[in-house]
Amino acid sequence: MADKTLSKPSAFQDVFARKPGVDKSGTHYCAGCGHGVAHKLIAEAVADFGLKDRAIIVAPVGCSVFLYYYFDFCAVSVPHGRAPAALTGISRVHPEAICISYQGDGDLAAIGLAEIIHAANRGERMAVFFVNNAIYGMTGGQMAPTTLVNMKTSTSPFGRQVEGEGHPMRMCEMIAGLESPVYVERVAVDSPQATMKARAAIRKALKIQMERKGFAFVEILSPCPTQWRVAPDQAGEWIRENMYPVFKLGVYRDKVQETDPRPAPPESLSAREVYALLTGEKDSGKAETAQTDSNNGRHSKSPEAPAIDSICCKLAGFGGQGVLTLGVLVAQAGMNADYHVTWLPSYGPESRGGTANSSVILSREEIGSPVVNDIDVLLAMNVPSLERFLPQMNRGGLVIYNSSIVQEEIEKRDGVKIVGVPAMDLAQTAGDVRAANVVLLGAYSALTGLFTNADLDYALSTSFPKPKAAEINRKAFAAGVEHVKGKEEGARI
Amino acid sequence: MSKQLMKGNDAVVCGALLAGCRGFFGYPITPASEIAHTAALLFPQAGRIFIQAESEVAAINMVYGASSAGVRSMTASSGPGISLKMEGISYLAASELPSVIVDISRVGPGLGNIYPSQGDYNQVVKGGGHGSYRCIVLSPNSVQEMCDFTMLAFELADRYRIPVFVLSDAYVGQMMEPLDMPAAIDPPGPPDWALTPEAATNGNVITSIFLNPEEMEAHVLHLQENYAGIQRQETRCETYRCEDADLILVGFGIVSRILRSAVDQAREQGLKVGLFRPQTLWPFPETQLLEHVGRVHDFLVVELNNGQLVQDIKLFVAGRSPIHFMNRVGGFVPSPEEVVEKARQILGKDAAAPVREKSSEVSVPK
Repeated sequence: MADKTLSKPSAFQDVFARKPGVDKSGTHYCAGCGHGVAHKLIAEAVADFGLKDRAIIVAPVGCSVFLYYYFDFCAVSVPHGRAPAALTGISRVHPEAICISYQGDGDLAAIGLAEIIHAANRGERMAVFFVNNAIYGMTGGQMAPTTLVNMKTSTSPFGRQVEGEGHPMRMCEMIAGLESPVYVERVAVDSPQATMKARAAIRKALKIQMERKGFAFVEILSPCPTQWRVAPDQAGEWIRENMYPVFKLGVYRDKVQETDPRPAPPESLSAREVYALLTGEKDSGKAETAQTDSNNGRHSKSPEAPAIDSICCKLAGFGGQGVLTLGVLVAQAGMNADYHVTWLPSYGPESRGGTANSSVILSREEIGSPVVNDIDVLLAMNVPSLERFLPQMNRGGLVIYNSSIVQEEIEKRDGVKIVGVPAMDLAQTAGDVRAANVVLLGAYSALTGLFTNADLDYALSTSFPKPKAAEINRKAFAAGVEHVKGKEEGARI
Repeated sequence: MSKQLMKGNDAVVCGALLAGCRGFFGYPITPASEIAHTAALLFPQAGRIFIQAESEVAAINMVYGASSAGVRSMTASSGPGISLKMEGISYLAASELPSVIVDISRVGPGLGNIYPSQGDYNQVVKGGGHGSYRCIVLSPNSVQEMCDFTMLAFELADRYRIPVFVLSDAYVGQMMEPLDMPAAIDPPGPPDWALTPEAATNGNVITSIFLNPEEMEAHVLHLQENYAGIQRQETRCETYRCEDADLILVGFGIVSRILRSAVDQAREQGLKVGLFRPQTLWPFPETQLLEHVGRVHDFLVVELNNGQLVQDIKLFVAGRSPIHFMNRVGGFVPSPEEVVEKARQILGKDAAAPVREKSSEVSVPK
């Protein structure tokens, strides 16, 4: 027993080679500092439990930023206060790792308050060792969130005032109030007896990690005689006198018994499986895939399909009338018909004025700007859309509007074909007034012969995969086609 | 079929999954939110990690952790969120941690608005966080490139151990185009410097603190050496109808799409106009740009900001050609017609004058 307690744990490096200066055996901590004790308790547990290869510790910003001078396992130093977030990243991607966060009071309770609370609330699989000495050590003895009332620091030279500076924050109490943490305890290293309790708490927190049970939090009240301006041998007494009354030792939460080990996360899919997930195809052999597509007949155009280089469409109406979806349908059909296509939702200052709209360009050439200012085809679901976009119509253009709600006489424009379709009435008959947008698609397709049945089939089945919606929308589409049949032939686009 | 119509933001997620990204850590913000939505849907289905972080700061630090653990990881946001991430990005750069950050930029400064903008150019291209570092910055202008460049970003990040930005804008993020799904790859396992629960990496340390000035200087110089190699190897650009151009339009992202239309319109009107489009904003394809200096009379830089890229173009061209500037801010984009009109003014006014006598003044944004 005596041999064991006097020896250096094997989870410490034999020689502190990373430490600058000639002394490679002592630590950089001040006389009487508690970090050395806390380090030793952690190193001993890591060694005793055989965790050296699996342990990954996050070094905070503060005196213990250099903890990797000493520990003989993986370590990473992170921005001030962010240890729980960074360790979350590690913990999630390495389910076998034993994840340890080591933080001081400024790091954890001030600048990193959000990170620790949320990691605790998510119940991240990590042991957090929170060294509370009620002051900033490395930066020069400034006030910490845990600084005691009336305690003088370099930024509270007249003593911490409740008015303006608040009370010391009790982190164990805050974290124990959350549902997810498995274990929360406050210990101290001010005396051998207290240190033995700290040792047990640290070992328990690490055991929880070995058992994959989740978030464990151990607060360690620790001396900082240098910044407290007390003699090292008086520091223990200082903790008992000043910190104990504010930071009560004890277990604040212990759900170890009733917590089940976390199941192992699912395996990451392979490249081949991911490709299949994204495309619905098994093979990631792209060249062959493209070949199949172009040969299966879906893309063949009807003989009477007009030869058109480029069409700029505007689909507009009230929000909720499905004009964004209508644009997507036109773009999907166009894509299936081997056009280059772009779709842009009403987005930006042009969307003001009570209408939503989407812009679609179909082109035989590569498309530059996706913005539509000069319109070849306008599918308008309401009056404001017509008022707004009619002036932007190109000669030879086509306007199809929803005559169910547009009762006004539409002013004739030179060289622009204007067709009214009672889209909402036809959609209602088809089963759902919301399919009015698809009625306009049917009318547009029938008037122009731009798309093959296969193109439209692709668009409708992609946008409406559910059987009921698919059926209604197919009826609505057919109603649009039927409505314009024989009435308005020869629309150019 | 392998071609799918989708938004640029969704294509980013496809690119990430195809590149073997193991973790997405993000915080919602318009106009980047579809990236988080789609990642939340697809990452778990692919056995990958998705976390909606408590903040942008936490998100970038989760990336820091996952990257230090040796796996591919990313985050995505827009201007205000990118500002918050800058602390973490500086640390990622300092610790040489491969990582991918997507910025679907919106209008700033401040809360601004959610419309397209290129106001993040200086922040992203010049660093934005503290210290002497660089990030590779890729600039896609199509849905296909949103996917392809995200994949490329992971590859470059690993190759050079550097954070890589995909800097895009609200239009390219929100726009739908067909995506031809690239083949997926299985990325290599954790590198030997990573922190893993294996004996092989026992004792590995990742840090960015070097209290000794000599060590710090050596570290900073080491980083600069890496950057110099990237500048030699990784510049990318696209040119369009530049061969006989009298005027070259310069722009990135959505602007380059508008400029491409403007080039075609200008050519139809007999104006010899070409397009130079940087695909890497850092390293900037300076050599490729300078090939045109002297032969071309003028450059017209078009941006959706207060004139940020144009300052770099001025530095590169160093007074050897006149550089003109045109911009919109607030969420507008210029039309191709407006650009052609500007081109006509430039060529009409200056066409006969010798190159050296021309002013190199940049026009002041209105």
